[in-house]
Amino acid sequence: MKVVACVKCVPEGRARLDPSSMRLEREGAAEINAFDLFAVEEAIRIKESNGAEVVVVSVGPGPAEEALRSALALGADRAVLVNDASAAGSDMVATARILAKALEREGADLVLFGQQTSDGGGAVLWAAVADLLRLPVVSQTTSLELADRSVRAVRQSEGGDDVVEAPLPAVVAVTDAINELRYASLKGKMAAKKKPLDALALSDLGLGPDDAGARGSRTDVLRISGPPSRPDAFRIEEPDRAPQVIVDFLAERQLV
Amino acid sequence: MSTLVFVEHQGDQVARGSLGVLGKAADLGGEVGAVMVGGTEVKALAADLGRHGAAVVHVAEDDSFVPALPQPRVDVLAHVVRAHGYDTVLFSNSVLAADVAGGLAARLDAGLNWDLVDIAPGDGSIIGKRLALGDSLLVEVGWRTSPRLALFRPGSFEPVGRDGQARVETVSVELEDHSRAARVVEHRVEADSGPSLESAEVVVTGGMGLGGPEHLSLAEDLAGVLGGVVGATRAVVYAGWAPHSAQVGQTGKTVSPKLYVALGVSGAVQHKVGMQSSQTIVAINSDPRAPIFEFCDLAVVGDVHEVVPRLVELLRARTSG
Repeated sequence: MKVVACVKCVPEGRARLDPSSMRLEREGAAEINAFDLFAVEEAIRIKESNGAEVVVVSVGPGPAEEALRSALALGADRAVLVNDASAAGSDMVATARILAKALEREGADLVLFGQQTSDGGGAVLWAAVADLLRLPVVSQTTSLELADRSVRAVRQSEGGDDVVEAPLPAVVAVTDAINELRYASLKGKMAAKKKPLDALALSDLGLGPDDAGARGSRTDVLRISGPPSRPDAFRIEEPDRAPQVIVDFLAERQLV
Repeated sequence: MSTLVFVEHQGDQVARGSLGVLGKAADLGGEVGAVMVGGTEVKALAADLGRHGAAVVHVAEDDSFVPALPQPRVDVLAHVVRAHGYDTVLFSNSVLAADVAGGLAARLDAGLNWDLVDIAPGDGSIIGKRLALGDSLLVEVGWRTSPRLALFRPGSFEPVGRDGQARVETVSVELEDHSRAARVVEHRVEADSGPSLESAEVVVTGGMGLGGPEHLSLAEDLAGVLGGVVGATRAVVYAGWAPHSAQVGQTGKTVSPKLYVALGVSGAVQHKVGMQSSQTIVAINSDPRAPIFEFCDLAVVGDVHEVVPRLVELLRARTSG
């Protein structure tokens, strides 16, 4: 049994947009996107209860290596980083294409994704990857059970909860409600230094520059400007006056 | 331009978000089609989409489409887009729509822009508008190829009734093997009492700042006098103070009411994604640095237990006077 957790490595701290390239700044230290840690945790829990090899797969530049080490410290066995300058600026479809190739190479029984990214990218990657691999997909999973060659997932949606069964291999995107994250132990951190971390180029996956980066992308960022969004909130800090201020505010907007 | 809109429904209720996007497609001009996928209920719902801007509705009706699974829908949409040459496919975001859009993008090798709040003609094509990095930036995005796929934040467009009649066409599609692999073995719907959160014009949400389940009555009282519905944050639902059907946010419901009042809600990103398109947001929280103050219209720094009872009194006096 092989479980792969796909993770995105994002800049540590607050994400910044580079105004000239119109891409997120990827320099400096990276960390695993917070929501993807739930996929890593779930993979490690499956390893602990059912026995499995856990591989963490990511597409991104060099600093991602340190971030992937943190997943190894948590208990993953191996990491694969597709690190290729031609992959920079890949949009969702191009990233899915790269990931699908990397996953094909791994031949995983179960592919896990986190449900959301903190920097706004890749929000539906699992669905695209599943279609490219021609595998069943279940997203928005809040609970996951493994049976013999199948998964049983509780999928939460606006219309209620669906219990979905799918044969393996399958792609599952988990929410942050699925488990409680662990912290890496000192022993885990030491062990992580010796665990294998493969860096792959696009050519290792049989992909060329036309398949990735801007050339492989189907969308463009055209312009970035300040937000048109809500003007600063009107702020009231005196609780005594607050009720009347709220009533006046609602009345002015004809909400009462 | 020829635009296809994925129209979702639950039971005999067409999703408001889908109708809003359909209206936007009609405003953009050109050919406008809608696609509906489901059981025997869809034909009747489809006929009505003419009043929201569709000229034709492609209907895929089969018992196997009743479970809300994305992959059979990808097969249907891929077929419709190819057969009719649609150059643009629009979705109102939902758990289901996001998965359908992602799968369709891969199937058609098409560009998908998501989390859009608007779309407009420009640069000789169309331009999508997205708010990024905690809504601190407006990003304009485009498509390099056709078809162009877009997912909109729910509540981006208000549905507007208009004159028009739609032709209903039946689609029959041979499903891919992998699209038939997943199956729903059980569907759990919580008994929802009272009006639905999603369609409410006023939502009053309680967060952990309420301090205990007994204080949820603050939210109930305020919702009562404002004619609204009570929502809850995930933490409140997990603590067992409110049912999951009341949860607003990433793993709960997405709402876009005229007025959203947040009581003791910190405003974590998981909550924000479920309510950020509300027209007016009032937040009351004793923590002056609560993130929700960054994206509300009226920020009240104060104790909900002090402010809300007096607010309810004032509002009651107003309605009775």
